[in-house]
Amino acid sequence: MKYDSQLCKLVSARALTQDVYDFVLECPPLAALARPGQFAQIRLPGHTLRRPISICGIDKAAGTLRFVFQIRGEGTAELAQFQPGSQIEILAPLGNGFPVDPAKRTLLVGGGIGVPPMLGVAAELKDKAVAVLGFRSRDAVILEKDFQGVGAKTLIATDDGTYGHHGLVTDLCRDQEFDCVMACGPAPMLKAVKALADHRGVPCFVSLEERMACGIGACLGCAVALNKEDGTQYFGHVCKDGPVFDSHRVAW
Amino acid sequence: MADLRVTIAGVEFANPLIAASGTFGFGREYNEFYPLSVLGGISCKGITIKERPGNPPPRVTETPGGMLNAVGLQNPGVDHFIREDLPWLSKQGTKIIANVAGNAPEDYCATVEKLNDTCVDMIELNISCPNVKQGGVQFGTTTEGVYGITSEVRKHCKKPLMVKLSPNVTDISEMAVAAESAGADAISMINTLTGMRIDIRTRRPIIRNNTGGMSGPALLPIALRMVWQASQKVKIPIVGLGGISTWQDAVEMLLAGATALQIGTVLFTDPYAPIKIAEGLSRYMDENGIKSLSELTGGVRPW
Ligand SMILES: Cc1cc2nc3c(=O)[nH]c(=O)nc-3n(C[C@H](O)[C@H](O)[C@H](O)COP(=O)(O)OP(=O)(O)OC[C@H]3O[C@@H](n4cnc5c(N)ncnc54)[C@H](O)[C@@H]3O)c2cc1C
Ligand SMILES: Cc1cc2nc3c(=O)[nH]c(=O)nc-3n(C[C@H](O)[C@H](O)[C@H](O)COP(=O)(O)O)c2cc1C
Ligand code: FES
Repeated sequence: MKYDSQLCKLVSARALTQDVYDFVLECPPLAALARPGQFAQIRLPGHTLRRPISICGIDKAAGTLRFVFQIRGEGTAELAQFQPGSQIEILAPLGNGFPVDPAKRTLLVGGGIGVPPMLGVAAELKDKAVAVLGFRSRDAVILEKDFQGVGAKTLIATDDGTYGHHGLVTDLCRDQEFDCVMACGPAPMLKAVKALADHRGVPCFVSLEERMACGIGACLGCAVALNKEDGTQYFGHVCKDGPVFDSHRVAW
Repeated sequence: MADLRVTIAGVEFANPLIAASGTFGFGREYNEFYPLSVLGGISCKGITIKERPGNPPPRVTETPGGMLNAVGLQNPGVDHFIREDLPWLSKQGTKIIANVAGNAPEDYCATVEKLNDTCVDMIELNISCPNVKQGGVQFGTTTEGVYGITSEVRKHCKKPLMVKLSPNVTDISEMAVAAESAGADAISMINTLTGMRIDIRTRRPIIRNNTGGMSGPALLPIALRMVWQASQKVKIPIVGLGGISTWQDAVEMLLAGATALQIGTVLFTDPYAPIKIAEGLSRYMDENGIKSLSELTGGVRPW
């Protein structure tokens, strides 16, 4: 079994900020399969399409998966209403995940709601991780203590300077030493991070988003333009070929 | 135990549930959930004579009671399908329907000829594609178009031929009659209904293609009406689809006039839906003393 759709118990649910929620779901068989950077398709009653949400934490011993999501529209607003004890159906773990190498000092870059998937990576890398996290402002900062808790060197930047460095995450990255970069966040941030990695001559992996239907590679809904070896382009699929891509494969 | 077997154009399906084209790929991804033999058949992703890249994203979005898609027939081409997908598929213990698309009658015929010598059980003609020769008008939207493409393909096709009708027409039963008189062995209906969503912030259509095909539960009443109307005009069997999500929907579709069913979008909501629908159908038949599905087909009692 690579993935399955199962009913899971919501064991804890809390708000991290005004619009960001932190859910822990009990699903031992799925947690046993999960790797950092993979995602779940979460079913919502009354909705045709499931919502893709990244796996933020994996606790194999407890058999739980953690998800941190932001209210962006109708579906995520409804998801936020679920109370501990209720059942949620998830299809997981999906996609490829980050190619974590515990021997490599790895720069983890997260922007906004792109921060949660980087935590699972940090948990495996521990003190080999340098996490550089960017947010809009102080009240949007999430998971700082979690990154510190797993042993990652943790740096924060805010757009308005109300917390940490006043400016972009890439400003903070410049002073760091690393052998590899992994990132998730808005496209402009990913491009800047890729440029930095290229400049340093280190590999860079980015996690991408696209609208999805099946989540498993059957419907071809979640197209992303990728480069072929011969320089031409083709449409790959975020759910199956990704969501994590070598930054050189992406036709930016 | 009720007998769920159905025969269409001489092909026997173990049960009436067939995965709808484009929602099931070539089956591999769903084989993670269950053996594909739980399905009566699989209608494969639409294939064309040459590989097609598909449309740029976004290609899908949700709509009330359904979704829109504009995948743009991304597929690896018929040769790749025959070489890489069919050998595996044909060993899964389910019937294989090749869904064929194209821009010109020659494309359809050439694709069908290549499939003649393979183990596919049936051809499904997707005529909701633009007819490049007639300036992009769909084959499926005029009776002449339906008759023309069906009779042309019929000449080259050695397999049972099913024509899949588009609902984007004024009178679908006329299209059904045109397909039948051109030599189709069966009809599948309905394909997606053209729709649109707009992002009010950017004023851009959400689907990059501007418009997309609507599918899912919202389609069911339209599909039922269309199957009911068409079934009164043709003698060839109808495979009903469009929005079927539960076993009750499946019973309705049979009563409206369908001999077998396809299920698509519900797989995205619940990949296990085919198993649940087959179980529900079987229970319903047992409880009501129905021995064969054919007792349900067309059994609606109109006022
Ligand atoms: C692989 C992947 C991982 C993700 N991980 C997270 C995460 O960890 N935390 C988090 O908060 N968000 C994450 N997202 C984004 C999240 O899926 C969307 O915010 C969510 O689907 C919005 O649903 P909605 O009903 O609230 O919004 P609506 O706009 O009402 O949704 C309408 C439709 O569009 C889709 N959609 C809208 N925005 C997006 C988007 N950005 N990406 C994909 N589909 C979208 C919805 O799924 C739905 O089908 C991820 C997306 C992907 C593709
Ligand atoms: C993502 C997607 C891709 C599709 N691709 C095809 C296709 O390649 N060929 C075809 O004949 N129909 C295609 N369809 C239409 C379905 O086969 C079906 O006719 C339609 O979705 C209605 O059924 P449903 O409501 O059960 O999904 C596609 C539908 C979806 C949602
Ligand atoms: S969502 Fe269906 S292929 Fe990716």
